[in-house]
Amino acid sequence: MATIRASREALRLTQRITRPCSRSTFPSLRTTSRSVATHCPPHQANAISVLPTLVDQSSEEYKENAKQMGEVVAKLEQLTKKIHQGGPPKAREKHIARKKMLPRDRVAALIDPGTSFLELSTLAGHEMYPEAEVPAGGIITGVGVIEGVTCMIVANDSTVKGGTYYPITIKKHLRAQTIAEENNLPCVYLVDSGGVNLPHQSEVFPDRDHFGRIFYNQARMSSMGIPQISVVMGPCTAGGAYIPAMSDESIIVNGQGHIFLAGPPLVKAATGEVVSAEDLGGGKMHTSVSGVADYLAVDDAHAIVLARRSVSNLNWPKKQFPATAGYEEPLHDPEELVGIASTNLRRPLPVHEIIARIVDGSVFSEFKRDYGTTLVTGFAHIYGHKVGIIANNGILFSESSLKGAHFIELCCQRQIPLIFLQNISGFMVGTEVERGGIARNGAKLVAAVSCAAVPKLTVVIGASNGAGNYGMCGRAFGPRFLWMWPNAKISVMGSEQLTAVMETVGKTVDPELKARIERESEAVYSSARLWDDGVIPPSHTRRVLGLSLMAALGGKNEPAETKFGVFRM
Amino acid sequence: MLSTARSRAIARSLFVSHTSRALSTTASTSKTTPITSVLIANRGEIALRVGRTASALGVRCTTIYTAPDAHSQHALSSPFSVNLGEPNAYLDGERIISVAKQQGCEALHPGYGFLSENSEFAKRCVEEGLVFIGPPWKAIEAMGNKSRSKDIMIQAGVPCIPGYHGANQDPAHLLEEAKKIGFPVMVKAVKGGGGKGMRIAMNGDEFLDKLESAKSEGRNSFGDDEMLVEKYIATPRHIEVQIFADKYGNAVALGERDCSLQRRHQKILEEAPAPNLAEDIRQDLWEKARAAALAVGYEGAGTVEFIFDNDTNEFFFMEMNTRLQVEHPVTEEITGEDLVSWQFKIAAGEPLPLDQATIAQRISERGWAIEARIYAENPNQNFMPDSGKLIHLRTPQISDGVRIDAGFIEGDTVSSAYDGMIAKLIVSGPTREVAIQKLYAALQDYEVVGLSTNIEFLKKICKSQPFIKGDVETGYIQKYNDELFAPETTEPEVFAQAALGLLAKELSGPHAIGQGPHGEAIGFGAANERQFSFFISSATGAEGEPIHVTINQSGRKMFDIDVKGSGIEASYANVVCEPRSPSISTFFPHTRIESTVITEGDKITLFQHGRQTQLTLSPPSWYEKALGLKDVTNSVLAPMPCKVLRNEVKEGDEVEKDQALVVIESMKMETVIRSPQKGVIAKLVHKAGYICKAGTALVLFEEHVS
Repeated sequence: MATIRASREALRLTQRITRPCSRSTFPSLRTTSRSVATHCPPHQANAISVLPTLVDQSSEEYKENAKQMGEVVAKLEQLTKKIHQGGPPKAREKHIARKKMLPRDRVAALIDPGTSFLELSTLAGHEMYPEAEVPAGGIITGVGVIEGVTCMIVANDSTVKGGTYYPITIKKHLRAQTIAEENNLPCVYLVDSGGVNLPHQSEVFPDRDHFGRIFYNQARMSSMGIPQISVVMGPCTAGGAYIPAMSDESIIVNGQGHIFLAGPPLVKAATGEVVSAEDLGGGKMHTSVSGVADYLAVDDAHAIVLARRSVSNLNWPKKQFPATAGYEEPLHDPEELVGIASTNLRRPLPVHEIIARIVDGSVFSEFKRDYGTTLVTGFAHIYGHKVGIIANNGILFSESSLKGAHFIELCCQRQIPLIFLQNISGFMVGTEVERGGIARNGAKLVAAVSCAAVPKLTVVIGASNGAGNYGMCGRAFGPRFLWMWPNAKISVMGSEQLTAVMETVGKTVDPELKARIERESEAVYSSARLWDDGVIPPSHTRRVLGLSLMAALGGKNEPAETKFGVFRM
Repeated sequence: MLSTARSRAIARSLFVSHTSRALSTTASTSKTTPITSVLIANRGEIALRVGRTASALGVRCTTIYTAPDAHSQHALSSPFSVNLGEPNAYLDGERIISVAKQQGCEALHPGYGFLSENSEFAKRCVEEGLVFIGPPWKAIEAMGNKSRSKDIMIQAGVPCIPGYHGANQDPAHLLEEAKKIGFPVMVKAVKGGGGKGMRIAMNGDEFLDKLESAKSEGRNSFGDDEMLVEKYIATPRHIEVQIFADKYGNAVALGERDCSLQRRHQKILEEAPAPNLAEDIRQDLWEKARAAALAVGYEGAGTVEFIFDNDTNEFFFMEMNTRLQVEHPVTEEITGEDLVSWQFKIAAGEPLPLDQATIAQRISERGWAIEARIYAENPNQNFMPDSGKLIHLRTPQISDGVRIDAGFIEGDTVSSAYDGMIAKLIVSGPTREVAIQKLYAALQDYEVVGLSTNIEFLKKICKSQPFIKGDVETGYIQKYNDELFAPETTEPEVFAQAALGLLAKELSGPHAIGQGPHGEAIGFGAANERQFSFFISSATGAEGEPIHVTINQSGRKMFDIDVKGSGIEASYANVVCEPRSPSISTFFPHTRIESTVITEGDKITLFQHGRQTQLTLSPPSWYEKALGLKDVTNSVLAPMPCKVLRNEVKEGDEVEKDQALVVIESMKMETVIRSPQKGVIAKLVHKAGYICKAGTALVLFEEHVS
């Protein structure tokens, strides 16, 4: 039967092939019925999405920008390197003399070779405490890959004030935990801390987002299935003892890590018992008697190997990222961003040129290109992953707000992560726009941003003022990560406007005020206070967004459904 | 290696000569009996070598193997392969003969070594109706006895080394004879070989002492202390002549070979023709070799070995090897003939394929050939044999002038039960200079990992000036010891490449995140530093100061590298490294370097610019404590792969420093392992007869209670 059918099919096929050969019928068919679609090959189709560039490296403007940005970058480079050294030389020498690894070396050894560590808020605590320098806030946090698993790493730096928790230390620790919780990142704590910084106890102990919140977060995250692993490489006294105790698995370094609710001096004061730190809460005791820790390590390096092994046993899904299809680097060199981004925020930033240096192949499918042009929206890819980009290109008007809200709806519907490139001095003001209901339309954008459940990533590439900050997913709107360029400024309004407004309402303005506002809106000031997750070199934006996306989309992250509220129509 | 085309041509010629012979000699009685099946009674490269020619001739092959050789190449090469079991079964003549008969083999090829020069075995083959592809057993027997063979040679007019080979073994008489010969003289056990039972007496005063010592060694080694006394030659060369004889009383010399480069009385480099040899002496050597063969009624392939006195240009008969030699390929290269096929032809009763004039003509036209034996051994430890698995094997490109006869492929194990020759590398060129150059180039491409080899040592010989000039002698390696074993400096790039190689291996590992932003610098002042510490390896383990390599990954394939330690200090910025497992190609600021990096635990073998370097990765700080490794002072380790002969102490014994603990045997040599300390024996790890690897604990001491 089968052969008969096959031969019949073959016969039919020959008939079909032979038919068009009759020359007489074919041309007449074409002319009489309809025309034919011209085939458009992919490279021609894609041409409409490739962003062109007008950047001229030899122009005065470029050179000026590059010079000024270069200075800022060099300053930050220097400052960061100093912060990377950690505490004062004496403290570091003492640390090494005890055969302990410096915290940055611990992190380097913990992560997989060939992977990059996405450090958070390196500038934390910078010039915050008049009485002390607290490099990096005394704690190193960041996203790193361990045994192929993207994890949140939190490492105390005991060379900085004995690793004690300043208010900023707590804020940084909690921010790391928030990122871990939002992005489903297993947490590895490299504990080496003397506990809370006692002189600052009122700012670190009592409130909701103070010390206790660390343990609250650990318990909650563990309940959500986000693994908590701690490695005790130094003291863990009092509250600190709960970090390993609240962990799913904990490792302790013999002779070096100590866990106890009260150290030997306090025990002696309270009960008169004289006991050594090792007997009271040493590694041998905790791994063989109390069960507070699970693995005993010979030294730091061994502890790190054990921690890596623990992570390898999390049975954590390893999603392919990016998609196996691969990707292209941007057509235009990201290094040119130094000459594109200006430190003078009154000058408009050519945002298409910036997008062209962030996205794959500089390919950008712009949505509503000619409507509400002060907000640029469109689809692109970063390391092969599809993203929706919302970027400022001037002041927000009603149209641009509506366009933004529309675009956010599209992305949420389609489960596409959103990237906000923020450079906004605010919404338009004046009778005309108020009568046009800009507050109503702006609210739509703010509502859409607030409710969007897809991962949101924000990069402040210029100004971040007023309600513009809200509409463009400022800190309060829960972006998974918020990064700042060195030239970025954040404040309710520019220092000049602020003094002008104050003068108008009849207040006498302190001559210092303008300078203070200017200083307080700087990226370094912001980053020191953790209003963002870090200041990044503009040319690294693509990489940083790539790593942020990997954290937000990899592992156990699943798409979440967005439910919008009532839009004021 | 023989090209198939050539082998086919040989087969054809063999076939044609058969038929033509049959036609032309119908009247007379033909003795030609074509061989159609053969049992190859050997292993390794020679078994494969014989099998190749046999297959080309259409002869069915049967191979034999033992338990350790079950997966070896020769066992896998033939359609019929029979398991003999015990490792020493290659010496079990009766068993092999019965296998040959069971398998219906007409002939037996003994290869070299094992039973190849056992006249009794050759005799038994003939008795059992097998064609023994080799000389008549009587010729083997005649040449097997040193003093008898000498008498035969003297009668045939072959010069023999002046000496006394008589039955009077009275020491006083031997001294008299020694005085007649003239000092220095050598006393040698009649049944000795390989330097056993042999002593040199420089004058009459020490003669008797040396005699007694040689005798006792003879007694202990082979239960016979009959001695001969010979003239001792101070700068001798080993020159041998390849001969072939047929059943019809014809013999030809297929040129000579110089095999003077030897270590432990074994050849490592052989060449043909012999360098710096006057043509009249060469012709005389050939003539005398043929005379020697004819004197014993020789048939088939044989080698007449001469000792050549570099100072006087005299040569003397030493012995005749009644088999195909290891180094026969060099003769094949200079004559363009397949000697194994000659063996088959002669055994089948054919006359010699070529006459002496044609052979001489060929040799004069075909240039030079050199063979280097690639051994599993450690030249730096007095060429101590090694064994192990060939975890990485890369051989030079085979071409017209580069041939490799090997018995192993990557993944095979070189067993300590047998000879440690991994392969023979044979190169040929129009002149000796070109041949040496080609040999050096081929050795540079020869990569072996898993055991120690003499490849680096062979390269040094290729670069040794006296060798290049042809000033060879059997004492060459001792004479130029300082030059050949001069310590070498290691370039800092080697360490950089080792570290990059290790890193590259991990980057392509199972958890590798190959794409995306990973590997790029992120943020201000980005640093991603890792340190690797290496030691330069030697036979006895890691040595010297560590060398630290710090690698900072600054981009996806870009690194900044610092090499520091042991007097080395170098920094390279923006090094671009492309991994192509197992090799890496790296663009340093000043040069591009391609290296093969093979890792085996902490052992790293690196091939770079044609040179091998062995490094040991320093263990992490926590290794000993975390793994509970025993302190080495509490145990005594086997210094080499060996067999435990006997334990000299008992568990619980208190021993003094330097007291004998264990007696081991390696390469048929006994070694006494002595106590490194005073202490109490906690455990004797192995019983007598146990075969152990180098580094295996033999004795454990009680831990000191402090």
